[in-house]
Amino acid sequence: MIRASEVSVGDELPPLSLRITRADLVRYAGASGDFNPIHWNERFAREVGLPGVIAHGMLTMGMAARIVTEWAGDPGAVVQYGVRFGRPVPVPDDDKGALVEVTAKVTKVNDDGTAKVNVTATFEGKSVLGGASALVRLRA
Amino acid sequence: MPLDQSFVGRSYPPSPPYEVGREKIREFAEAVGETSPLHRDPEAARAAGYRDVIAPPTFAIIVSLKANDVLVEDPDLGLDYSRVVHGDQTFVHHRPIVAGDRLTAVLHVDGITSRMGNDMLAIRAELSTEDGEPVTTGRCTLVVRGEDA
Repeated sequence: MIRASEVSVGDELPPLSLRITRADLVRYAGASGDFNPIHWNERFAREVGLPGVIAHGMLTMGMAARIVTEWAGDPGAVVQYGVRFGRPVPVPDDDKGALVEVTAKVTKVNDDGTAKVNVTATFEGKSVLGGASALVRLRA
Repeated sequence: MPLDQSFVGRSYPPSPPYEVGREKIREFAEAVGETSPLHRDPEAARAAGYRDVIAPPTFAIIVSLKANDVLVEDPDLGLDYSRVVHGDQTFVHHRPIVAGDRLTAVLHVDGITSRMGNDMLAIRAELSTEDGEPVTTGRCTLVVRGEDA
């Protein structure tokens, strides 16, 4: 687990490139129990006005969390994590999938031994998670 | 039709207990690409001070998603789930979720607002063990798209 003495406001966390494929959507649907057909059925997704199958917002949120958990060294140190779901991430029916770029920066180090980390996630240069942040407990 | 404002402040009876299994944690960790041994190896988790393997930060969605059924099934609320979009989500972990936990969720309706023909439903799910130990607070906004939106 990362030590408080190693953390300063402005620190950038190692960035993350996520590749989300149709197989990831199927796996996440099964693991989470979210079987909404907009995440696996092209025909249904188009019928409700989407450009095609889109990733679960919760999948993007869950995958993006890794930038914080790997930096923290202990996923149990993430005491708070929140996001707004912005524009959807369409996932094409190919092997390459959709590429989401994740960055994160320390924006606050609190007296109670926690640090606030702001997270950004972009697809084709546009934000897909708004106001995303995590609160991480640091080792004394 | 707009949702009934009188639902603000309402809470629902606790959901049936959800038993957190080691293999479910591993499966979920793999689905979101979490690589930590603390999700997979009970020895590693114990060495880090946990009772058993711990769940990734967003695992609580499994329990809160199931708990949302009471909203969908409440005929008085009249929520059309096919028009519902997940607007935002936050988890506050009072402690990590650990394999072996038996979690129940109590749903609270914290707010109902209307914006540009859409209803915004602020929902809070309080996850605790059967013995009443608080584990996770999940907050989300469900956006109910209006007929014309």
